Amino acid sequence: MTVKIYIPRDAAAIALGAEKVAAAMAEAIAVRGLDAMIVRNGSRGMHWLEPLVEVETAEGRVAYGPVKARDVASLLDAGFTSGGAHPLCLGKTEELPFLRNQTRLTFARCGVIDPLSLDDYRAHGGLRGLKKAVSLAPAAIVAEVTESGLRGRGGAGFPTGIKWKTVLETQGSQKYIVCNADEGDSGTFADRMIMEGDPFVLIEGMAIAGIATGATKGYVYTRSEYPHAIAAVSAAIEVARAAGVLGSSVLGSAHAFDMEVRTGAGAYVCGEETSLLNSLEGKRGLVRAKPPLPAHKGLFDRPTVINNVISLASVPVILDKGAAYYRDFGMGRSRGTIPIQIAGNVKHAGLYETAFGLTLGQIVDEIGGGTASGRPVKAVQVGGPLGAYFPRALFDTPFDYEAFAAKDGLIGHAGIVVFDDTADMLKQARFAMEFCAIESCGKCTPCRIGSTRGVEVADKIAAGIEPEKNRELLADLCNTMKFGSLCALGGFTPYPVVSAMTHFPEDFSPAPVAEAAE
Amino acid sequence: MNILLPRADVTERTLAIVGELKGLEGPLLPILHEIQDEFGYVPQESLPVIARELNLSRAEVYGVVTFYHDFREHPAGRHVLKLCRAEACQSMGGDRLAERAKALLGIDFHETTPDGAVTLEPVYCLGLCSCSPSAMLDGEVHARLDDAELEALVAEARR
Repeated sequence: MTVKIYIPRDAAAIALGAEKVAAAMAEAIAVRGLDAMIVRNGSRGMHWLEPLVEVETAEGRVAYGPVKARDVASLLDAGFTSGGAHPLCLGKTEELPFLRNQTRLTFARCGVIDPLSLDDYRAHGGLRGLKKAVSLAPAAIVAEVTESGLRGRGGAGFPTGIKWKTVLETQGSQKYIVCNADEGDSGTFADRMIMEGDPFVLIEGMAIAGIATGATKGYVYTRSEYPHAIAAVSAAIEVARAAGVLGSSVLGSAHAFDMEVRTGAGAYVCGEETSLLNSLEGKRGLVRAKPPLPAHKGLFDRPTVINNVISLASVPVILDKGAAYYRDFGMGRSRGTIPIQIAGNVKHAGLYETAFGLTLGQIVDEIGGGTASGRPVKAVQVGGPLGAYFPRALFDTPFDYEAFAAKDGLIGHAGIVVFDDTADMLKQARFAMEFCAIESCGKCTPCRIGSTRGVEVADKIAAGIEPEKNRELLADLCNTMKFGSLCALGGFTPYPVVSAMTHFPEDFSPAPVAEAAE
Repeated sequence: MNILLPRADVTERTLAIVGELKGLEGPLLPILHEIQDEFGYVPQESLPVIARELNLSRAEVYGVVTFYHDFREHPAGRHVLKLCRAEACQSMGGDRLAERAKALLGIDFHETTPDGAVTLEPVYCLGLCSCSPSAMLDGEVHARLDDAELEALVAEARR
């Protein structure tokens, strides 16, 4: 029987040498005349072990990692194709604690299947949600999504079902489903992993959204920094179209739905939904004032559902297994699972999907295993460049939209960046302002000018110039930006700044320097 | 690799690209990406052609080109090295690595080496935050970079 060897095609694995490993493996298989084939899967999400190579055995898949091209010969010598012992052998993949303790609903197939094989997708439960959807009335699909408690995973946490209902009830000759795949937040990579590792689940989710709301056209707007994701989703769309999953008759039904990928051009602000719509229309990515809501007047002023990748990719399992199944995971008003992205200075970095409710401390210390540098954790930034810095003192905060908001933070797109005790929080606060200045779309004054002034004030504090007065000024500026900005870029940049000042005041009181009095 | 073409060819190629893509909904970004793929930058000579074909003002097209960080108004070096400057990479010594890259190349960000070999650019997140610090050389991704790997990347780019 042909042995299946899995070598990821995920960008993180490739960035760590997966292409070289795959080439060396293919060559060795040919030279040794082995009856084996290589499957390029997505990533399992254990990025500290990438490239993680797996081999299918009678007892299940066995994992080896991190594998370098030079390890291939010794792996084959050790009988790796039948799961043989080797220093890089990690045991059965499914039994690795990092994976075993997860609840993988959205990421159930990521890393398991060949991302571009529709047969693999079907064999692992794919398309069941869409099949259910074509048998239901649109309002019933919307009700199912509403019942599930699914909230927007892009960061705003708005109930997905309510958004869909608005679009369903709005009249329009053409409606659109827009997938916000402009994942620009540092510390996040869940969208990228789904697009590269299980693109059909996104396509299925978008098709369901189309049927539910009467939209026949979909766009995935993603980043130019994600070439592997663009290639994977584009190829999957072709496969889905050829198989009748997309097109004039979705799965043989009376519903039409088709979609394409569009690429951004390096503007962070285009992750903001109205800016994204302008960009899709071919304009500068300026933020639009709301109302009108995109659900009423979105892309080309048509009724538009705009959802994050993970929100849409969570829909198929909800339709397949029912709203109650999904809703039974989680806590409070945060229902279902959340793919937490553990990043930065952390030992076990990667993607961990679990029900809402773990504490920040459990995530960083137990799952993440503490810092990669071995030094104490000083701060973790949760929710990307617009998220707050939390100190150890707040490690008992449960991962839940409301619990984080109560501590003046946000979970955003669920990315966590860990910093050790060498981090300078004044420098991090300054960077937040600098980033806002670089990426501001320029439409509103608090964001465009406030961010530049913020950098200057932070520099004065660092130089020891009237520190007390300038700290007050910085806090006041943050207040103006928070309440006066048009969108989350200017409005949330204060989160990292204020949290850094609040929780790490010692970093904002540098010893006065003599030459600072210039 | 950037190829400098005579003006007439730029106009002709631009027309062909616009003709191919203008049937799309919201065609301007796909057109600009295609033009940059073709020429390595968005030549000034392309703008009036695009504007005329899409029934936009030249100012509108110029406004879009300059809004997005990706679009270049001038050719880049033969290789483009992008270093991630965002928080996750900062937490793993990205700032120090950036200083090292600047010193090795003798240029700052947004600059090109005098021999035209390498353009150094900042990028805000490559989605490789779990294996920081990361970089992209001519579209190829590299992660968990240390000094030796950065030096190898710079050497590769300089060739």
